[in-house]
Amino acid sequence: MTQNTQAPAPRTAPGSAPAAPRGLVDVRRRPSSWTGLWFVLPFLAFYAVFLLWPAIVGFGYTFTDRSLAGGDVSFIGLDNWSETLTDSDMYDSLWNTLWFTVLSVPLMVVLALGMALLTDHARRLGWFLRLSFFAPFVLPVTVMTLIWGWMYNPSLGLFNGTLSRFGIEGPEWLFSEDTAMFSVVAATAWWQVGFNYLLYLAAMQSIPKDVYEAAAIDGAGVWQRIGRITLPMLARTTALIAVLQLIGSLRVFEQIYLMTMGGPNFATRTVIQYIYDSGFVGLRIGLASSMAYVFMVLIIAASIAQFRLFSRKEG
Amino acid sequence: MRRASRAPHAPPPPLAPVGPGRRAFVTGALATAGLAAAGCAPPDTLISGETRLRQWNLFAGGDGLRMIEMHDAYQAEHPGIDFRATTFTWGAPFYTKVAMGAAGGRGADIATVHVSRLESLAPGRLLDPIDPGLLAEFGIDDTVVLPNIWEKCFFDGQLYAIPIDTHVLIQYINLDVCRQAGVLDADDRLVEVSGVDAYFDLLREIQGVTGDYGLSMDTWNPWSNFWALYRQQDGELVLGEDDFEMDDDKALAAMDVMYRLAEEGLAPRHSRDADTAANIANGHAGLMIHGNWEIPTLEATGIEFSATQFPAVFGNHRTRGDSHCYVFPHQRDRDPERTRAAAEYAAWMLHNSLTWAGGGHIPAYQPVVESAEYDALHPQSEYREAAENVQFEPEAWFSGSAGRLQEEAAGALTTLHQGTQTPEQALDQLKGTIRNLLSVPSPV
Repeated sequence: MTQNTQAPAPRTAPGSAPAAPRGLVDVRRRPSSWTGLWFVLPFLAFYAVFLLWPAIVGFGYTFTDRSLAGGDVSFIGLDNWSETLTDSDMYDSLWNTLWFTVLSVPLMVVLALGMALLTDHARRLGWFLRLSFFAPFVLPVTVMTLIWGWMYNPSLGLFNGTLSRFGIEGPEWLFSEDTAMFSVVAATAWWQVGFNYLLYLAAMQSIPKDVYEAAAIDGAGVWQRIGRITLPMLARTTALIAVLQLIGSLRVFEQIYLMTMGGPNFATRTVIQYIYDSGFVGLRIGLASSMAYVFMVLIIAASIAQFRLFSRKEG
Repeated sequence: MRRASRAPHAPPPPLAPVGPGRRAFVTGALATAGLAAAGCAPPDTLISGETRLRQWNLFAGGDGLRMIEMHDAYQAEHPGIDFRATTFTWGAPFYTKVAMGAAGGRGADIATVHVSRLESLAPGRLLDPIDPGLLAEFGIDDTVVLPNIWEKCFFDGQLYAIPIDTHVLIQYINLDVCRQAGVLDADDRLVEVSGVDAYFDLLREIQGVTGDYGLSMDTWNPWSNFWALYRQQDGELVLGEDDFEMDDDKALAAMDVMYRLAEEGLAPRHSRDADTAANIANGHAGLMIHGNWEIPTLEATGIEFSATQFPAVFGNHRTRGDSHCYVFPHQRDRDPERTRAAAEYAAWMLHNSLTWAGGGHIPAYQPVVESAEYDALHPQSEYREAAENVQFEPEAWFSGSAGRLQEEAAGALTTLHQGTQTPEQALDQLKGTIRNLLSVPSPV
């Protein structure tokens, strides 16, 4: 859990500790030693064999017409790259991915913060809220999509069944091009927000209580305490959650694939599904690799941009 | 957090020895690793004296249960065969595994696929040919399988597949609802109607009873329905090198049926997977068009139902279908003994496919279909002629069950059910989809 190092350390004596260098991890200077290398060696080996090497090989595939069905492979230069960059379906799926991200990231950051604040303040019900807010996160994706698939069912589902009792004809949820993406985002938020919530809660509980006590003595109300103490102290956690959520949302695949298969009429087909369709259903591994690389570059760029934005804000 | 707040130079807390010591741990780990390695590589023919036979399939649910039942019987009769069957997720995940195993020359000894996917599995490279002589030794040849199915198993003049069954779209009948609607004859058979108008009238009468729909159908994967309706009019789809021919008028007529069914409220706008069967089981619809594999589902609901061939919307009972078949995935060092065992296994499964028929599929092995036992299977025997009316899709690397065409075409066709596109717009989109698929070089 390297994320935990992100949470603000208790600043009991401001100014006495050296300022943490910019970057993810607060590295303290130590005499150089090779011992540490042995500890990370197993991880590095796995990383190299199962991530780095396939990534390098995959990059090589982008210049070939390699098929999942085997057969002769020939070098085709930049054909896959140009096909990727001129394919309108690729842009449609990129747009869907972006739309999902735009809808889900702010929602899942704000929701997590609200839930954490609630838990932090409702002391007596804390255990209950912690349990109910985090419980959906442990569900396997298949279970989550089954539950929500039935609830969303326009004619037999819980939502429209309930609405019809009040004489309201409910929307078509996953079955309409207009509402499918929103429905997927709502289900995803319910399912995944627990992780962000946990990060927020941990960070919130490490804010020293005496700061609040001092503020209370000076007459600060609940909202002032939240606005002037809690939120600023959580800035780095927010930055971390936002970046993690951004990357997570951009990589969305499985719940959408299970709930809508990218439909109706491709309204929810994301980039990852399009890569999957091209590579595994369409057998074109070379093309799928170049799509994956294009997408990887976009994710890295977006993450760097967002991280810069947040760290600058912090000053 | 607590760890971070500890002073950097504080001595580490003393470590109390917990659990096994270092040496014991290493010894244990090594022993476990050894066991695991042994487990991963089960003793081969040399040690056990048994012939190893590995089968891969994509059957889950009702199909899967019947296949397990058959495998148990097969194993009881074949103690000399070390048989192991593995089931993978249906669809693209399964085909990916078959292709990759075979590409490395380490495919299973025998696998089940859809005959419509033969071309995308590169016969000759990913699939090894099957010796018809060997198969004939076990009683399987062109005299015991319908010719239209047997032909599909050949590629470049060589046999690559052994058909197990035909599965088609059929029409299910909720007897209770249809009796009330007065559309059954004295023997509880659905009155025979022919033509679009007559079929719509029939559905309207049923709708009068249900208050909801006349017909339940899958709106999420509509390609099969479209293909049946298109082929009922003799519509052709000729795929060339970089162009194709399609009969626009016939395609529009088929699409118009799908569009109007939803527009008039005779069929649901949205129905997928389990919803489709739920609609007829709950009495929201009196008829359902679905694959014959839904029979176990309806049996489980306990409703009184029957089934018949795909409705003669355009004057005949042609229907979209496919066949499950056995193939020999490519192996670098194909062992004759295991190949022989695989052929014998396939023949055994065909001979015993009455169990398989219980799940709704029409067995490919004709002596079973013509037997008195099959006759007694209800409603399976009601639609046995459907195997002769089956319409396969044109051969191409992207066609067939769980293929690219089916997946891509669904985009255009679902809009008909939803009413978001007219048949003309949907046809344009569908043709664009086919054009796109043709424009890419075949990866096979």
